[in-house]
Amino acid sequence: MMLRYTLKRLLSLVLSLAVASVVIFAVIEVAPGDPASFMLGVNAQADTLAALRAELGLDVSKVQRYFNWVSGMLIGDFGTSYTYRTPVSQMIADRLWVSLPLALYALTLSTLIAFPAGIYAAARRGQPGDLAVMGATQLGIAVPNFWFAMMLVLVFAINLRWFNAGGFAGWDNGLGVGLRSLTLPAVALALPQAAILARVMRSALLDILGEDFMRTARAKGLSRRQALWRHGIRNALIPVLTIIGLQFSFLLAGSIIIEQVFYLPGLGRLVFQAISARDLIVVESVVMLLVFAVITVNFLVDLAYAAVDPRLRSRT
Amino acid sequence: MSRNLILGAALSSLVLLAALVSYIWTPYDHAALNIPAKLNPPGDGHWFGTDHFGRDMFSMIMVGARTSIAVALVAVGIGMALGVPLGLTAAAHKGSWLDEVIMRGNDLVFAFPSLVIAILITAVFGAGAINAIIAIGIFNIPVFARITRGAALSLWEREFILAARVAGKGAARISAEHILPNVANLLIVQGTIQFSLGILAEAGLSYVGLGAQPPTPSWGRMLADAQTMVSIAPHLALIPGLAIIVTVLGLNLLGDGLRDWLDPRIRVARA
Amino acid sequence: MSLLQIDTLSVAINGHPILDQVSLSIAPGQIVAVTGESGSGKSMTALAVMRLLPNGSVPQGEVRLNGQDLLALSETQMCGLRGAAVGMVFQEPMTALNPVKTIGDQVTETILIHKAMPPAQARARARDVLTRVGLPPDRFPLSRYPHELSGGQRQRVVIAMAIALRPKLLIADEPTTALDLTTQAQILQLLRDLVREYDMGLLMITHDLAVVADMADRIVVMRNGQVVETGETPHLLRHMKHPYTRMLFEASGHQVALPQPPPPRAMLEVSNVVRDYRLPRKGLFDRPGHHRAVDAVSFTLNRGERLGLVGESGCGKSTLTRAILGLEEVQGGQIQLDGQPVYTGHKPNLAVRRKMQVVFQDPFGSFNPRHRVARLITEPFHLLETPPTGAEKQDRIAEMLTAVGLSPDDAGKYIHEFSGGQRQRIAIARALIIRPELILFDEAVSALDVSVRAQILDVLAELCEAYDLTYLFISHDLSVVRTITDKVMVMQAGQIVEQGETERVFTDPQHPYTRNLIAAAPRLPEMRLA
Repeated sequence: MMLRYTLKRLLSLVLSLAVASVVIFAVIEVAPGDPASFMLGVNAQADTLAALRAELGLDVSKVQRYFNWVSGMLIGDFGTSYTYRTPVSQMIADRLWVSLPLALYALTLSTLIAFPAGIYAAARRGQPGDLAVMGATQLGIAVPNFWFAMMLVLVFAINLRWFNAGGFAGWDNGLGVGLRSLTLPAVALALPQAAILARVMRSALLDILGEDFMRTARAKGLSRRQALWRHGIRNALIPVLTIIGLQFSFLLAGSIIIEQVFYLPGLGRLVFQAISARDLIVVESVVMLLVFAVITVNFLVDLAYAAVDPRLRSRT
Repeated sequence: MSRNLILGAALSSLVLLAALVSYIWTPYDHAALNIPAKLNPPGDGHWFGTDHFGRDMFSMIMVGARTSIAVALVAVGIGMALGVPLGLTAAAHKGSWLDEVIMRGNDLVFAFPSLVIAILITAVFGAGAINAIIAIGIFNIPVFARITRGAALSLWEREFILAARVAGKGAARISAEHILPNVANLLIVQGTIQFSLGILAEAGLSYVGLGAQPPTPSWGRMLADAQTMVSIAPHLALIPGLAIIVTVLGLNLLGDGLRDWLDPRIRVARA
Repeated sequence: MSLLQIDTLSVAINGHPILDQVSLSIAPGQIVAVTGESGSGKSMTALAVMRLLPNGSVPQGEVRLNGQDLLALSETQMCGLRGAAVGMVFQEPMTALNPVKTIGDQVTETILIHKAMPPAQARARARDVLTRVGLPPDRFPLSRYPHELSGGQRQRVVIAMAIALRPKLLIADEPTTALDLTTQAQILQLLRDLVREYDMGLLMITHDLAVVADMADRIVVMRNGQVVETGETPHLLRHMKHPYTRMLFEASGHQVALPQPPPPRAMLEVSNVVRDYRLPRKGLFDRPGHHRAVDAVSFTLNRGERLGLVGESGCGKSTLTRAILGLEEVQGGQIQLDGQPVYTGHKPNLAVRRKMQVVFQDPFGSFNPRHRVARLITEPFHLLETPPTGAEKQDRIAEMLTAVGLSPDDAGKYIHEFSGGQRQRIAIARALIIRPELILFDEAVSALDVSVRAQILDVLAELCEAYDLTYLFISHDLSVVRTITDKVMVMQAGQIVEQGETERVFTDPQHPYTRNLIAAAPRLPEMRLA
């Protein structure tokens, strides 16, 4: 049963990726201008231009180019950057070592803050503690994360000098050093997300508290708190998982902006450099990678549902 | 009426008022440079101080509100205009290939976060307010389609819809006459929330240079300009940030307040 | 000494009085049934004993269990009693169990939460209890999840949880209301046996007077939060001092007199109708399966005749209704009204639709909350080529509202201003307004309280007289069908297993399933009403 469910999700994952790759390729294809002539300038000789086009793989039909691109990606070859003449896969891999840990760090922080806050507020519905948490989350949602990042820099880097204002120390000097330079960015990303997640957790729990089976649990002799922990949380996880999945993709993409604030050499900076240099193959590949990440995370969330909810396992 | 609703409506209308008034009056010309008066802190003459070119921040915030509201509002409009009919159609033909295509299309758009859509669009067509609107608007379509479909599906199970079908009414007519009025409240509330998310998204896009281009003032770009000077003139970053927070907070409170205010009436009507 | 003694119990929720001076008592081994219509406070009485009232409730008075006043106990002490000394069974077995936990875990939890025995022993006890309620582990392993069981089986799990620690008192709040007749009979028998076996007291809350008369040793009749009459069952049934009690029993067995049907002339002809539903594919490459909801059904409904259709849930009666209405296409056979097919090609036939209307079960979901009554009841005008307008339309609206016992002034009101019974009258007005030749009543009185139900049945009988109605009356309630129809069909698993004159079928059922069904239905005692 579980296998069938997994296979079905996997098939839809592959289909989504296929459609997404066509869309991305098509959008980039309508971009005006030929990358080769952009790189060589207006005075380029016709034969040098033709040679460069051949080198970049631009001299074949569009359909052919699409299949070259996709088949290359399948074996980890994302092509060659127009600007740097280095393999795109290498550039992405370097940057991914910043962006991915940052997103995971932020997601961990956000979950660690949101779960207790949401559970606390739900358990004290309508009481001062609940109102305080709800007020804080209302504010948290309204704060733009990049502005919050600037304020964190102002307070913790410029005034208190606890952290560096920007840059990335790299992982070579140890995990602690690397994490330290990602801490302010991760906090900036995590807090607004935590506010959303805490609200979702609270309302999911409140919905569950109204369910018949919670009354059954109380009739068995469970206290309010025991009923909440033993019967409430796992049921509330279903909507919460959806949001966590959405948030991870949002964090990956959202870190693009935060990387600008902290001058982090992540995917975001790579994309902006590539856009200004019209290095479209890099843009294309990064976007595809982000979409791949989002679709994969959704797939994992679907699998997690089945782990939480036995009804899904048996339904196909 | 709840406190949320009153506070939210007050804050939102304050911002809207600032944007409208800016068409006929601002304290200073928002674009006038005055280098000698640069980086003045908030105080006499300039309520919100001046920026690094000596421009009046208060005037810039007022005019910037126009950009934010316009971008977010049009983006919500795009999302509703396309998303609601798609959602109604999908619900009316639940389980058919049409429903499947619409919902898969939704999932696909969801796989491109709005920022990624914006990056794609800018990479191809260049940066600008119109492209920001399109990027945010496209992302709004599946949001409205999904919420409309979800609410409509549960309505289609209700017996008053069966009664309408027995009265010979077709899917399109039932959707317009019975489904849409009953999901309208939900759409208003979601619209307010998407509006506030649009404000945040526009600010983010402008901040990284993908939104409105100079000389159009925008809160996000004011923040980008402030970044290098935040240690010597913190008000440059504080004031646009607070403007965004007040607007988004106001809209969210308004959305919550509307939900509570509209909901009991629905419940009374059903009970 | 009594096991449970409730003395002058009053409850107010946020200042609104819900219960007023309720007193009753239960002895060990005794079944006490609390009955009344919706809003009588019977369920609140049960929840007050469990101290599980909604937030904002303030109880006053005394609730003594074995002499101990429950209202004086702390919440922690109450937790120690719930599940151990008092067990509770709820109405809705489909939602009363946690969907993400196995039935074994949920039954074991009752034992473990009270630290009654070590886990291994608790597991063994859970197995014993589940066996006792009719779910032996070799057929229903403890690792089953609730969604893998039927409604009746789930109710057995709920009962197992409630009795796992052999409580002295069992509270059952409408335990069989959501179940089919035959399942209901089994669950009631199980409860009866358990009471005798464990010498428990059973506080049973139910609106069904037939069940009450059948089960209870003592009856408590409630209305508007007050006890109006209480007594030993045989005594109470014989005397019925309070007029409300008498009205309730009368309404439950309410009989109407239908006019004689005209000589038979075929109107609705259903022949060999088959309705298949496609099931989701089992595997990616499997062919989709089918579920045959209606299987070769044939019958004829004559003009002026009132035909009943009875059967348990899932037997296909709703599907058949939809097929007759032309809402869904059938896969085989023909449905014809006055010789014209309901479906032509793949489109419903408008000329036929014009001759049919329907009244649904749910008085709350049958109307668009945003429209006024005038618009609601004229919706079927959409079927007419030249719908009446202006004064003619107003006259029709007024006539219909008057015919169903409402006032023409009600046309301007919204639906939320009406009670459930009034809404069902409006639904009938909507169905009648285009003078259809055939009306389908789909469980049209099933959601109503008995007194309201009796009134609606009277309205129907009057309308039969005034408008020569022809209808198909679909219901799971045998007593209602018996009085409101001339002929009846019994449906089981998509097939009509028996049809004939209503009285003949009820007094002399031929098919074993019909016999089962009639035997399972709890019966009101013959009443001696002075």
